[in-house]
Amino acid sequence: MNSTSTPATSHDAPSTGTPTLKRGLAEMLKGGVIMDVVTPEQAKIAEDAGAVAVMALERVPADIRAQGGVSRMSDPEMIDGIIETVSIPVMAKARIGHFVEAQVLQQLGVDFIDESEVLSPADYIHHIEKHRFTVPFVCGATNLGEALRRITEGAAMIRSKGEAGTGDVSEATRHIRTITAEIRALAATGEDELYVAAKELQAPYALVKEVAEAGALPVPLFVAGGVATPADAAMMMQLGADGVFVGSGIFKSGDPAERAAAIVRATTFHDDPAVITEVSRGLGEAMVGLNVADLPAPHRLSERGW
Amino acid sequence: MTLAPAVPDSAVPGTAVRIGVLSLQGDVREHAAVLEHLGAETVTVRRPGELAAVDGLVIPGGESTVIDRLARLTGLREPLRDAIAGGLPVLGTCAGLILLAERLRDAGPGQETIGGLDVTVRRNAFGRQAESFETDLVVPALEELGSGGPTVRAVFLRAPLIEEVGPAAEVLATLPDGRVVAARQRSAIGLAFHPESTGENRFHALFLRSVHEHRLARAARRRLSRPAAGRSPDPRPRQP
Repeated sequence: MNSTSTPATSHDAPSTGTPTLKRGLAEMLKGGVIMDVVTPEQAKIAEDAGAVAVMALERVPADIRAQGGVSRMSDPEMIDGIIETVSIPVMAKARIGHFVEAQVLQQLGVDFIDESEVLSPADYIHHIEKHRFTVPFVCGATNLGEALRRITEGAAMIRSKGEAGTGDVSEATRHIRTITAEIRALAATGEDELYVAAKELQAPYALVKEVAEAGALPVPLFVAGGVATPADAAMMMQLGADGVFVGSGIFKSGDPAERAAAIVRATTFHDDPAVITEVSRGLGEAMVGLNVADLPAPHRLSERGW
Repeated sequence: MTLAPAVPDSAVPGTAVRIGVLSLQGDVREHAAVLEHLGAETVTVRRPGELAAVDGLVIPGGESTVIDRLARLTGLREPLRDAIAGGLPVLGTCAGLILLAERLRDAGPGQETIGGLDVTVRRNAFGRQAESFETDLVVPALEELGSGGPTVRAVFLRAPLIEEVGPAAEVLATLPDGRVVAARQRSAIGLAFHPESTGENRFHALFLRSVHEHRLARAARRRLSRPAAGRSPDPRPRQP
């Protein structure tokens, strides 16, 4: 038997927690909608409506914004409850830099950790060293340099940050447009100019070169922060997103089950105005919005993380 | 990957086969990349009309509950079932295997399958992401291709397991402990793992071989029954 013909066959034993497995799970979520839930009941509604995964957290961003205070990882009891309730992947949020919250979430068996600016940062200098974990991480980014720094630290998925808890999609638009435009610019950059590009992006040269050659990030790029309607989700997909996170937009709306299902369908048929029109009819009230322009800078979550 | 509209299929020998990738959710692009590398043309399939125009179908990895739900909502499930029952070659990986299974254990709420593969599959059989693993598999059927050895690096992500193989299907691959992770029934192939995630293209090559055989057989049948006119399927118009 010839076992030398395929690469990477030197290690016969099954291995877990590898970069391939982390990025692989992220790839499987593409084209899907990841929904914020705060109770097992909401998780069930999200699963029934076609969520590709649920994000377990204590308060949705709109409430975090309204109530203020320090926002932290959820109670393990609540996360357990959600894990037991649904059969789809369960994600949960840790504070930026809070590697012990991440250790707890990995211990709980969540399928993905979101190192999230929606919670209060625990470290204003360092993000979590994500290679040390076997569970995959998703991190927010507002531009390409930030995305590449998170990937360097081990993120298996990037989501543009947007402005969570507002129902105002304008920041999400700005971030996905910025990231995709910077990738296109990088792809058009001469090979001899990539060294300076890496310096300007404040990201490692090897990764910058990889993105320039591929014309894409090496991990899936989702959009988050302010998506509240089927049309919002479809717009993000048309702008080049691989999938969508919906936070407050579903369970702060008049009819969460209906709206969740509509956003799922609009994400799949994002390039078909007929479907988006159909699913947008009679959805009831969208979440009450906050205009990002009216938010004083210290209250803008997207400015957390660097 | 091209987003070509539904067009009549052609059975002209020598032309590239057109493979549809079911694009309701999942790792569509990775499958398209492997297929195009092997010389196939790929189109996305999200509507019944688009299914009529393909020589073979790939059901990608993803979340099987979501793909099933969207397939039923969009009226795609019955045409898929009919096409596969009618012999359309199909390759399903992970979620795709779940959708091809005739019988499903640990299904999500209200989840159904399309069927076509006489197996019983358990969803999330290995556990959560922490139990996802990659390992070497020995797949004797790959030797049919005449190139490369029988060993593949296989990636299992919250993977399903084939717990029973019915009389109509055959085992294609097992883990070292004998548990079945790949099966085949005529031109339907179901894998619990993701060759598309590791650049492994031999399962797709195996699939494309059955697509070519199927297309030649179909062309021969047409010549026999209707020597003058080729069938021109009338794809359902785009839903307004």
